[in-house]
Amino acid sequence: MNLTLHVWRQKDVATPGKMVRYDAPNVNEHMSFLEMLDVVNEGLILRGEEPIAFEHDCREGICGSCGFMINGIAHGGFKNTTVCQLHMRHFADGDEVYIEPWRATAFPVMKDLIVDRSAFDRIIASGGYVSVSTGSAPDGNALPIRKQDSDLAMDAAACIGCGACVASCPNAAAALFTGAKISHLAHLPQGQPERKERSLRMVRQMNAELFGNCTNIGECEATCPKGIPIEVIASMNGDFLAASWQERPPVEIAGAG
Amino acid sequence: MATAALDSKLHRTLRFYEATNGKKTVMALTGAALWGFVIIHLLGNLQVFLGPGKLDQYGEALRATGALLWVARGGLLVCAALHITAALQLMALKAKARPQPYVKKVPTTSSYASRTMYLSGPVILAFIIYHLMHFTFGVPGIHPDFVEGAVHANLVKGLSQPLAAVLYLATMSMLLFHLYHGIWSMFQTIGLSHPRYTPLVKKAAAGIAIALAGGNIAIVVSVLLGIVK
Ligand code: HEM
Ligand code: FES
Repeated sequence: MNLTLHVWRQKDVATPGKMVRYDAPNVNEHMSFLEMLDVVNEGLILRGEEPIAFEHDCREGICGSCGFMINGIAHGGFKNTTVCQLHMRHFADGDEVYIEPWRATAFPVMKDLIVDRSAFDRIIASGGYVSVSTGSAPDGNALPIRKQDSDLAMDAAACIGCGACVASCPNAAAALFTGAKISHLAHLPQGQPERKERSLRMVRQMNAELFGNCTNIGECEATCPKGIPIEVIASMNGDFLAASWQERPPVEIAGAG
Repeated sequence: MATAALDSKLHRTLRFYEATNGKKTVMALTGAALWGFVIIHLLGNLQVFLGPGKLDQYGEALRATGALLWVARGGLLVCAALHITAALQLMALKAKARPQPYVKKVPTTSSYASRTMYLSGPVILAFIIYHLMHFTFGVPGIHPDFVEGAVHANLVKGLSQPLAAVLYLATMSMLLFHLYHGIWSMFQTIGLSHPRYTPLVKKAAAGIAIALAGGNIAIVVSVLLGIVK
């Protein structure tokens, strides 16, 4: 099949970009979307032009590196699918395909389809950790965890941090991502000691990064390649409320001393 | 963009409100109060169908509560002010969070109502101001023939103006949208979500929004059709 691509080209973070039209001839329906771009890029390189820059690593939907908007929908809009897992059989001969990077102040475009997602790293660093005793490995199963809780934690932990939730959200909010990270640890006993602080710190860091405010629209859930439900956002909201309510003024040093 | 935001000397109430989650919570609680007002307001006005005298009596009874009425009005005003202030702040954040729009963006599963909260809200605000000038203060030029205390007659005359009727009908559909999304969103905002109950809450929210807007629309349509005279 032959496609017409409209791709966002941007030299670097400081230079304004624009949409550029490319022909993608002889696209094989068994290719993934990224392989299709690889072929287009080979053509560009042969013509002495700059290839289209996009992020990728595993190409099996588990690392979270890839992702951009395809025809106005994050990752192209196929259920639980990243662009590396999206196959060209979903397209038809003659299709026009619009390809754009994620757009958010917190995700500056570095080049073409690549955005800087280190805002996510800073949110995780602000509270996405647990305290453990170091030393010898603990006994397996020493800490019983209710099946339902471990399932909910695992579902939230499936987040690969690709950023599609922010990209899809009309508010450019990072509530699904932050909610997933908070909810993941909130369901586990290991996550309890820092649970309150975590929700306060991660929400505040999310705000400091200039993500927008969630208005429960649900586009994030619909385009999340890991199918993470907005229930995790409610879970974050609940933790934030409880933690705010219970936040205490610092006390003088207690105990013997 | 530093972690400096994590350390702050603000009072804890302000610190709470400073976060988007704090503003959202304020919007949910004040939204709930305004929603309560819409219910009571409609129930009061539906008495228009019980004959001309009823609504006037109801108006008189309300005024007779004296100070209580002013407490309620003050409370509502505070709620509206908080709701609108938070909405404006979050709207400004929305603009800041994505200054460059997509060349192409297609919504998938979200409702029209959910995507237009920042439109339906301001429309309702404009309507409230107009509505107060129309039926509460009876500003000449806005109401054709306002008589203090003649609630029923004022309502019939006011809604018989075609332009006014159109405005009422249009805004009620925006109120429908605002509540269609707002009523369930409220629960999510304060942390209440459950795979079993949330779908029911959404259905109930839709039903309640339709009933509330529909009730108000029924009054307007009945006046237009001459059922209420
Ligand atoms: C007057 C101007 C108004 C503006 C600008 C406004 C704006 C908004 C916005 C932006 C939201 C947030 C949506 C979300 O988080 O999902 C919201 C929520 C809400 N609004 Fe309004 N609104 C207004 C008036 C009203 C009125 C008069 C009512 C009552 C009938 C109302 C009831 C609600 C409710 C129940 C919510 C849900 C709260 C939540 O999402 O947590 N609003 N409003
Ligand atoms: S490249 Fe790893 S998820 Fe797509």
